[in-house]
Amino acid sequence: MNKVAGLTQLAISSRFSRLIDFSPVVIALLLALVVSSVLLLALSADPIAAYSAMLEGAIGTENATAETLVKATPLLFVGIGITIAFRGGMINIGGEGQMIAGALAGTTIALVLGDLRIAPEFAKEKGAFDLIIVTLSLIGGFLAGALYGGLAGFLKAYFDVNEILSTIMLNQIAVQMMNFLLNGILLDPAEAGFNNIPKTARLVTAAQLPRLSLPIGDPFLFARTRLHWGLIIAIALAVIIYIFLWRTSLGYRIRAVGENQRAASFAGINVKRQMMFSMFLAGGFAGLAGVVQVLGLQYRLQTDGSPAGFTGAAGFNGIVAALFGGLNPIGAIPAAAFFGGLLVGAQKMQRELGTPASLITAVNGLIVVFVVSSEIFIQQRSKRRVSVAEQAEDEEEKAKDDG
Amino acid sequence: MSSNLLPTGHEPIHQLDMTGIVKRFPGVLAADRIDFDVKSGEIHALLGENGAGKSTLMKMLYGLYHPDAGAIRINGEETTIRNPQDAIQHGIGMIHQHFMLVPSLTVAENIALGMKSSRGLRLDLDVVSKRVVELSEIYNLKVDPDYPIWQLAVGEQQRVEILRALYKGAALLILDEPTAVLTPQEVDGLFNILNQLADDGHALVFISHKLHEVLEISHRVTVLRDGRRVNSIPTSEATRPKLAEMMVGRPVLLEYDKNPAEVKDERLILSGVSAFSNRGTVGLDNVSLRLRGGEIVGVAGVSGNGQQELAQCIAGLRETTAGQVIVDGSDVTNAQPSALNAIGLSYIPEERMIDGVIKEFTVAENYVLQDHGHPKFTRGKIFMLFNKIRDACRQAIEAFEIKTPSTETLVKSLSGGNIQKLVLARELSRDPGVLIAAQPTRGVDIGATEYIHQRLLYERDKGTAILLISEDLDEIRALSDRIAVMYEGQIVGEVENVDVDVEQLGLLMTGGGRVA
Repeated sequence: MNKVAGLTQLAISSRFSRLIDFSPVVIALLLALVVSSVLLLALSADPIAAYSAMLEGAIGTENATAETLVKATPLLFVGIGITIAFRGGMINIGGEGQMIAGALAGTTIALVLGDLRIAPEFAKEKGAFDLIIVTLSLIGGFLAGALYGGLAGFLKAYFDVNEILSTIMLNQIAVQMMNFLLNGILLDPAEAGFNNIPKTARLVTAAQLPRLSLPIGDPFLFARTRLHWGLIIAIALAVIIYIFLWRTSLGYRIRAVGENQRAASFAGINVKRQMMFSMFLAGGFAGLAGVVQVLGLQYRLQTDGSPAGFTGAAGFNGIVAALFGGLNPIGAIPAAAFFGGLLVGAQKMQRELGTPASLITAVNGLIVVFVVSSEIFIQQRSKRRVSVAEQAEDEEEKAKDDG
Repeated sequence: MSSNLLPTGHEPIHQLDMTGIVKRFPGVLAADRIDFDVKSGEIHALLGENGAGKSTLMKMLYGLYHPDAGAIRINGEETTIRNPQDAIQHGIGMIHQHFMLVPSLTVAENIALGMKSSRGLRLDLDVVSKRVVELSEIYNLKVDPDYPIWQLAVGEQQRVEILRALYKGAALLILDEPTAVLTPQEVDGLFNILNQLADDGHALVFISHKLHEVLEISHRVTVLRDGRRVNSIPTSEATRPKLAEMMVGRPVLLEYDKNPAEVKDERLILSGVSAFSNRGTVGLDNVSLRLRGGEIVGVAGVSGNGQQELAQCIAGLRETTAGQVIVDGSDVTNAQPSALNAIGLSYIPEERMIDGVIKEFTVAENYVLQDHGHPKFTRGKIFMLFNKIRDACRQAIEAFEIKTPSTETLVKSLSGGNIQKLVLARELSRDPGVLIAAQPTRGVDIGATEYIHQRLLYERDKGTAILLISEDLDEIRALSDRIAVMYEGQIVGEVENVDVDVEQLGLLMTGGGRVA
């Protein structure tokens, strides 16, 4: 887990240079693809065909692009939260558990309110989108995830419990809690007594997030895809969190504690409170990821009982997206889209070439290693730049003194 | 000369010359045609501000860098030093500012580290220990070879470093700011050792930016500035003002004309304050002190006698176990730092890089470390108004002569002196009634030190009560109106700073003779 801390450090310190220096990242990506080709060749697959299948699968068609964005949405939510936590010096590995907590709470609210509000005496139009149900479900999901993340923050702040360990263990608890509830009180009544697939009842239409389409062409772009409004919510929140972190006193305090706890406490900032707050927000965003998956895509909470059965490992992949985005919520937007494309494209590659599914995990890992290594390169370059600037200034002053 | 210790059969160093040494780093000319020489039996001081090129020059002599031009001659013979192993082969040893010792290993193990055993694969630590004892007797470097490093005091660790260099046969020793980490007593001990080594025929290069040390210990002094050699003169012809001017490039004030203190009401009262140290021992023991507006009270003492605890207790960073702290009439015993900020207490922490600034934040962001939520810098206490913050910061940069490319530069790329000026600017911008300044000029170059001192005097004349904690007696004597001496967590003496007897201060600092 030290590796994660190291990555954070790298990503944090290169925030500024990243914007200016993009070429090393591109080169790193290409290098990762070259090395991945070796893996493909070892599996006697043609790398060119593999990559074009991947590209095709990720953005080749309208539907492929939509699927990429659908996959990117939970990554972005989680990535925003991870960004806040890491900026606050907290290493949140609990995205999975927080997603589940959010999904459980949000789904329950949506189911209960759905039953109440669309009962015949309340509404005639059974299918209408109900802003109140959706908003309350999202808030409930956020709060549940936030409390689950905040618990790890509380344990860290007041009992010095390592947040990496506590969040990993809380992930396990959440998975088992979900399995228990989905086989018990949350089980779809229609399923009871039959094959007992752990899933809730389907949400009524009023509790669903609407599909998203763009008013381009006829029919509208993405009109016939699974793309939903969760993406817009995530992007809007990314912008809001960027402003929050770098333009408000609340965000300033989180970042101050993340960079230097001692200086922050010397300056009168309540360090313990900031630790809890950043984990609270991080958990909240993971919780949103969970509830949006249900409200926008699956319309029911279901799992196959395995740890990533519901989340699809978005709670972990979101960490990668956050680091890839330079621990900047705006940067997390393209980063999430990129990894979404990687995941979707990999499925196509797998279908077309019959490569094993684990290959994409390896390619993923290679890309992360190369990109993070390129950070070191960028850092050294910016360091040199600083020394050159200082020198120039010194000479300017000398000239002034002489003149 | 103990030439029997040299591992190889080459001649000991009688004369070492570096001529026309040039070293370029990307965009920086770190050494510009520098000439330097040192003879056996001589202590040659290399003096200059931070970044003047002292360390760069000596790292080239030790093989850590390679000169772009110029020659190194040992006993008249041109020599190329490719790496530190080469340097050691030639009898050159370097004592780094940060010790290169493994804390968990013993003294003998550290010295044996990286050397071939005389018994092949089996360790010969007993042989090493014996030789270490011999060597330490010759040079009066008292160290037990069987002690692990982590149990040794800093001064002892430095002796191990010196012993290791001598063990490897160093005839020329480079000491990079060796006193930076030592207490005054340890400095005296080190100087005795250096004199003895010189008497014994070793050549010594003493890198420093402290004038009085250079004047005390060296035979010759070479001053560097901005990568160039300013001059080399015999120390007997040097004076403090002369050296300071050579270092900075302009005359420097070393003593200040102080206005007589115009004392006002009491602003800081400590009565019977006690606290634990970090190790759980008694850190502060029943300390009482009264500061009035318009005076500077200096706290003198050997490091680790409760000065840090004193500052932290006042600044709300350490819990007091007894007693009372009153600032401007309000009882602030064990108050939170935020409450103390609000009441007008400012604190310049000793470890400014760790406690005073956030290195990854910009200059502007650091400038509002306390006031980032203040109404004048925010809308609704939430949205920070960076235009206003930058404007205020720019004014401070100008007023305090902080050298920075912009307000958006990350603080980690500023020099130590400029960071300290930034901390000072921030703390004074809050118009404090009481200012705690802990080691305000440690590691700061002369030019910035002069500036910081004058600022502190200006604040005093404005009516601020200033508690100046420093291990530099010269600084305390130059600025203080009264001097309190701390020893083992207590204030063992408080004297007016007129005709103060330095001998008496020194005696108090080491626990001898108390005055009421």
